[in-house]
Formats: sequence, C-alpha cells, structure tokens
Amino acid sequence: MSIDFSHFDLSAAAFGAPVIELRGLSRSFGMQTVLRDISLVVPRGETLAVIGESGCGKSVMLKIVMKMLEPSRGDVCWFGKPLRQRNELDIHRDRLKFGYLFQSAALFDSMTVFENVAFGLRQNTGMSDAQITQIVHDRLRDVGLPMTASSKKPAELSGGMKKRVGLARALALSPEIVLYDEPTTGLDPIMTDIINELILRTRERQPVTSIVVTHEMSTVRKVADRVVMLYPLSRLRPEEPQIVFAGTAAEAFSTSDPRVSQFVHGQARERLQELAAA
Amino acid sequence: MASVPALKPTNTLVHQLGQAVVEMTVAVGDLALFAAQVVRQILMGLPRRGVMTQTFYEIGVRSIPVVGVTGLFIGMVLAIQAYDQFHFLHMETKLGAAINASLVRELGPTLAAVMLAGRVGSAMAAELGTMRVTEQIDALKALGANPVQYLVVPRFLACFLLIPLLTAIADAIGILGGWMIGSQVLGIDSFYWWLHSKEFIAIYDVQCGLTKSFFFGGAIALISCYQGFHCGAGAEGVGQASTRSFVWSFIAILVLDFFLGVFQSGLYYVLWPDPVSLF
Repeated sequence: MSIDFSHFDLSAAAFGAPVIELRGLSRSFGMQTVLRDISLVVPRGETLAVIGESGCGKSVMLKIVMKMLEPSRGDVCWFGKPLRQRNELDIHRDRLKFGYLFQSAALFDSMTVFENVAFGLRQNTGMSDAQITQIVHDRLRDVGLPMTASSKKPAELSGGMKKRVGLARALALSPEIVLYDEPTTGLDPIMTDIINELILRTRERQPVTSIVVTHEMSTVRKVADRVVMLYPLSRLRPEEPQIVFAGTAAEAFSTSDPRVSQFVHGQARERLQELAAA
Repeated sequence: MASVPALKPTNTLVHQLGQAVVEMTVAVGDLALFAAQVVRQILMGLPRRGVMTQTFYEIGVRSIPVVGVTGLFIGMVLAIQAYDQFHFLHMETKLGAAINASLVRELGPTLAAVMLAGRVGSAMAAELGTMRVTEQIDALKALGANPVQYLVVPRFLACFLLIPLLTAIADAIGILGGWMIGSQVLGIDSFYWWLHSKEFIAIYDVQCGLTKSFFFGGAIALISCYQGFHCGAGAEGVGQASTRSFVWSFIAILVLDFFLGVFQSGLYYVLWPDPVSLF
C-alpha cells in the first residue's frame, strides 16, 4: 500500500508562529523503537489532537515535548529555540509556560486538593497565601469543583474529580501551552463531555496552544483544530512515515486510508483477522 | 567451500559473571551520579521549611520507639549471653565495660542502622517508587520543581543528621538495658559496673560509633531514594525497589563498617602512637 503524504499540511499556516516544533524525533527503549523520525509543528493558538492505537508512542511523544523524557535522536524546539541549545535555567523558565494534565491525573496523594492546585504557585511564585488561595479557588470553580472538595485527599475523589483537579493544577500558573495526556480515558460519557467542555472553555478564556493525546473520537471532534495520527512502528515498513494522517477532524472521518478510517470508526474486523493470522 | 564459523556460546558462566560485573559497575556509577546531584542540590539551597520539618519528623521522631527497643534488647541480650564467660573468669564486674564498649563502638551504630534501613529506607524506596509509577515525580517536574531537591534532599539530610542521634538514643537505652539485667537480675555491683565502663570506654569510642552512623545514614538515604527513583513498573516494581533498597543498604552498612573500622583503628594509633598496632 502506498500513500501520498505530500498533501499533509504539517505547518498549519492558518495559526500563529510555531510554539512547539519536533524535528526528526526518534525514541527507543532498549531494542524497541517507539517513535521514528517524527517532525511536527504546533503553531500558537492551535489545538492539535494526536490519535493512534495504544502503544504507538503518543504519550512518549508528549513527555518528550515536556522534556520529561529525552529523545534518542532529533530535537524539540520551544518558541523556536531547540532544547539542546538551552541551559537548565532557560528550560526551567519556559517549562512554567506549560501545563500538563496526566493520564492518571498524577495528583500528589500526600496533599489535599487545595495543596495540589497551589503547589506550582508556591514553588514558582512569590505570591502571598491570600493570593494563592484566591487563584486556587478560581481554578477549582473553573473546573466545576465545589470548595468543599479542596480539603479532600486525592484518594477520596472519583476519577472525573481527579481529572478536574489535575486540570485545575495544570492551569494554576496560567500556562501558554497545555498538554493533555488522554484527558478522558476511563471516564463515563457525561464526564468525558464535561472535560471536553473544560478544554474548550480554557481556550476561550485565555489564548492557549494545546496538544491533546486521545483515543476518544468525541474529544477529537469537539476540541481539535487539527488531527495527527501516529501508527505503531511494528506494523509499518521501514520507509513509511509514522505519521499516517494529518488534517482536520472532518478529514479524519472521511479519509479513504483504511488505517485511519478503521481507527476513527472503531472497526476491528481487519485487525482481528490480522491477529488470527498471526 | 568456506567453513561456517562456529557459534560462540554467549551464556557461559564467564559471560554471566562479566554481565554481572558490567551491571554492578553501571549501578555504582549511576548511584555516584545520583549522589553528586543530591550534593549539588543541597549546595543550591534547601527545600521549604515545611517539607523539611515533616520529613525530619517522619524519619527522626517516629523512629525513636524502634531504635529504643532495638538498643534495649541488644544491651539485655549481651548481658545474659556474656555473663557466664565473665563469671567463669571471675570478672563479672567487667561485664558492663565489655557490653558498653561493644554497644557504643559497634553494635549500637550497626544494628540501629540496619533497623532504620528496614523501617525508613524501605519506606522511602516504596514511597518514591509509587510516586514514580503513578507519574507524581513527572508531575513535580511539570510544575517546575526539581524532584531531587524536593524529594531526596530532605530525606538525605534527615537520615544523615538524625540517624547519628537515633544511634545515640539506641546506645543509651542499650547501656541502661545491659545495666538493668547486670545489676538487677545477675546481681553485679552497680558501682563497679560503671567504674569499669568509665575506665574502658574513651570519648574516642563514642566518636567512632557516631561518625560511622553519619555514613550509614547517608548511604541508607542515597540507596533507598535511588531505588525509588529507578523503580520498575507496577506493584511488582515497587516491591522489588523496596527489597533492593534494604538489601543494598544492609550490604553498604557492613562494607562501610569494615572500612571505617579499619580507618578509625589506624587513626587511633596515629593520634595515640602505640607499638602494638594491628594496622
């Protein structure tokens, strides 16, 4: 199967200057390569959805963007400057412009909800307790959590509440870029829609650039300006690029590429045949 | 026809030994880099007082009962075990000196450190390992905190500074335990018990024991935090990190005890020259 990738508009010129750029990014864990030669530009103000099967390297890519993991090859640029050319202080300063919502929310379980949301403010700003309290209450209200939740520990919260606290924490420092790692995974449809709404509202309230790693096509439809699909390397030929689709959500749903259409429509018949043959 | 080269076996005992040596060297190198990172973070500034206080309380204050019980029973067991030999030599009154010297110089620091490697070290490895597995360490980075400074520095300082204090407590309670059995159960005169203890135990012995415990504390903290930070995935990974932290801390305590013992004995004869020196 041969597909022409030349029509993919990876620069997305409709938006502002690039704030995140991946240049020939590869990442291996031991002998296993998860990402191969990924190049991608995310312009200011765009919401980019990254879709793909489990294990295709979406979350790894997001962690490399946030510099929580180092790439094996290639580089990441923040605001046009490659990370390899920056010193630690410079990276630390710019990292505060990012908010990150973890797949599992990753709340600090020894702290209350209030302390979780206040953590970044306490750690990085010289704000008074009164100012911090005000911001924490504002953020909790923004994500629809009652003030009574602020004294609870993460173990006392439901999955949806944890995600919302994680979002409040990610937004506490008013980031310019928000990275969402599977924000709706494991949530019921109502809570999924609430999180999707919160992502949209965040963008309306302040001009943020977002990357949303997700499996949920309802999230893609609702929040994405552009969609990129990664494909597992184990099922690609060496010469094929790992990004098998880049375009709008509408294009993703109408594409003739069976790899993309099977994923977005959730059709497993061919995969089941492949698995049976294997 | 060209001959086909014979395949070399790659799983011989020599290969396995080589692999183990390589892995050990890498682990020691990693640990040294980790320790350098901790020292660098300490020099760059300490975490907030609230974080330090909580860690010091958890590691220091909450360990007092454990080291107290450890010290008490070491002293009492030594008195019971050694009494017959001293009685046979008609040297019962010297029993206190022997118990107290061995407690202060060797058994107090070593057994208190082993007990703390179990109580504090395993808990630290499990806690940090769980934080690694649940992405809380990544979350710290994402929120602009340095995980080594926030998580390791307080634990390292607490172990380094408080384990010597806990050792002193274990020593004191152990001495009292030995005396209690010696004087109240075995009937040894308290006056001679303390007199001989005073004659045989120099301040240098106390210093040696406490100096060792600074090293033990630092080693327990570094090994346990390192294991937590490099924990494998899932509950199994956390369990393994916790077990490895105790095993490696225990080995480190014994190895350090030997080398520090050699050094301290050598130093003694440098400070107070004596013709009969072992080293």
